[in-house]
Amino acid sequence: MNGAARIQVAAVARRSIIRTARQPAMVIPAVLFPLVLLAVNASGLDSATHIPGFPTGSYLTFALAVPFVQGALFAAMSTGTNVAQDVETGFLSRLSLTPLRRTWLLAGQLSGVLVLGLVQAVSFLSVGLIAGAGLKAGVAGALVIVALSLLIALGFGAIGATMALRTGTGEAVQGLFPLLFVTLFLSSSSLPRNLIEIGWFRTVATWNPVSYLLEGLRSLLVEGWDVHALLAGFGTAAAIAVLAVAAAASALSTRMGRA
Amino acid sequence: MMPASNSIEVERLTRKFKKGPLAVDGIDLTVAPGEIYGFLGPNGAGKSTTVLMLTTLLPPTSGTARVGGFDVARESAQVRTTIGAALQEAALDPFLTGREHMTLQGSLHGFARQERRSRGNELLERVGLTEAADRRVGGYSGGMKRRLDLALALVHRPSILFLDEPTTGLDIQSRTALWDEVAQLAARDGVTIFLTTQYLEEADVLADRVGIIDHGHIVAEGTPRELKAEIGRPAVEVEPRSPGDLGALEGVLARFGSRVPASDRAVAVRFENGGDLTDVVRALDDAGVKIAHLQLHEPTLDDVFITKTGRRLEGAGDEEDEEAPAEAVPA
Repeated sequence: MNGAARIQVAAVARRSIIRTARQPAMVIPAVLFPLVLLAVNASGLDSATHIPGFPTGSYLTFALAVPFVQGALFAAMSTGTNVAQDVETGFLSRLSLTPLRRTWLLAGQLSGVLVLGLVQAVSFLSVGLIAGAGLKAGVAGALVIVALSLLIALGFGAIGATMALRTGTGEAVQGLFPLLFVTLFLSSSSLPRNLIEIGWFRTVATWNPVSYLLEGLRSLLVEGWDVHALLAGFGTAAAIAVLAVAAAASALSTRMGRA
Repeated sequence: MMPASNSIEVERLTRKFKKGPLAVDGIDLTVAPGEIYGFLGPNGAGKSTTVLMLTTLLPPTSGTARVGGFDVARESAQVRTTIGAALQEAALDPFLTGREHMTLQGSLHGFARQERRSRGNELLERVGLTEAADRRVGGYSGGMKRRLDLALALVHRPSILFLDEPTTGLDIQSRTALWDEVAQLAARDGVTIFLTTQYLEEADVLADRVGIIDHGHIVAEGTPRELKAEIGRPAVEVEPRSPGDLGALEGVLARFGSRVPASDRAVAVRFENGGDLTDVVRALDDAGVKIAHLQLHEPTLDDVFITKTGRRLEGAGDEEDEEAPAEAVPA
């Protein structure tokens, strides 16, 4: 990346961050809603820890992985809505008329989602630990949790951006939210996969990539350093991010009418 | 790379949409360096589609266009460095301030920090937005947004400027201020300006030459004076006091010239067979037709439009579909 490109990426990133920060209605629910759900689940499902084979005695510790993925869903909506607004208002056309390359534009746009993801991850981890959740992998584990959650946010943010660029409307992006939320529920979000007794549910959860994202995050909270879970978690998050960013780049190229 | 000039040359430019009409149908036009070219037509006539093609945002279906010496289809990157554009809707981010917009635009054009700041301040002052520069654009009036849009289009000192209906929806004061700025750009800075409008007065006041487009075809082209001279004589429009007299009125006015469109309650003719307003009043008096309103129209660009298309410009687009959007699927 040359000097001019660095200036361009930084400018788009700065704009993306400012824009996100100036929309409290977009930031506050993205942080608060997952925490409220965490509080409800941790108090209501605590008896699940009595199931033989449950990996921890604290449901809060087990469930603390979920807000990171829920937060990424909100990040997808936030990014998608912002990009859709750029299409609807013609701002993307304005950007198209500058020498900005689409790769740098996308990089800048997605940096906003990383900042939101960072705020979310630090908030979720801090509140969870203050409320008494465990962190078996220690301080280094906390850093890995933040890194993994940023990678997840990047992937989901790119999915939101792709949807916005393909459809050009905020409504279509909003329609994505229930779909993504269902994938979260049809995963190992409430119980470890080996303890899910309904056969089809366990099969769906096993095929659902979200399960591996959750298990990667959860392993650091519950078990310490589980290389297998971490590899699966990072591998799945990276695969989603690579595919989603490629899809977003292709959609952006089509939308901007140039390579 | 060919040497750039600030002219626009268009030959047989055409744009088809899969789910729409032939939006632009083989138009030819040339805009000379430093000229203000007014592209006049109703909604849906093909003005914005033409601008989108000339600014490289929409590929032509066929034909060629060279902007600043570069082909819009094959040398789009070079075209984009040559032009500035303020498209139909002021494309602004409501969450950013005016100054932040200027900084962003300067950065995207690769300006260093100091140049970004000085160029931004200079343009904000030029369009009268210095005081509002640190307010979020979401709170700007329509006129302020348009002026900021114009300033943003000028950041990289383009030699050709596209303005797509820049004053639509503005009050008369904001409109006049924008006209002054556009006129100065051409006169002082030698910028070539391609301006689309559906306002006759705007084309008349600003444009050195006017092209009238309707249903994707250019139906007339020339200086406003030349176009009006083609029409020649004025028209008279008469509204009878009693609607029952419309038939008699029509008969009397037919002696003076051929019918031109008028309101439902009136009849209008262009003077072609001699006679003047006094003769009309006398003839109507003789025929016993009482007059409610009588008006003499000097030729205007609207008359040019009526003559060429059989319809009035204002409102002509209302009966048609809106122009195909930029994201419409190419055929």
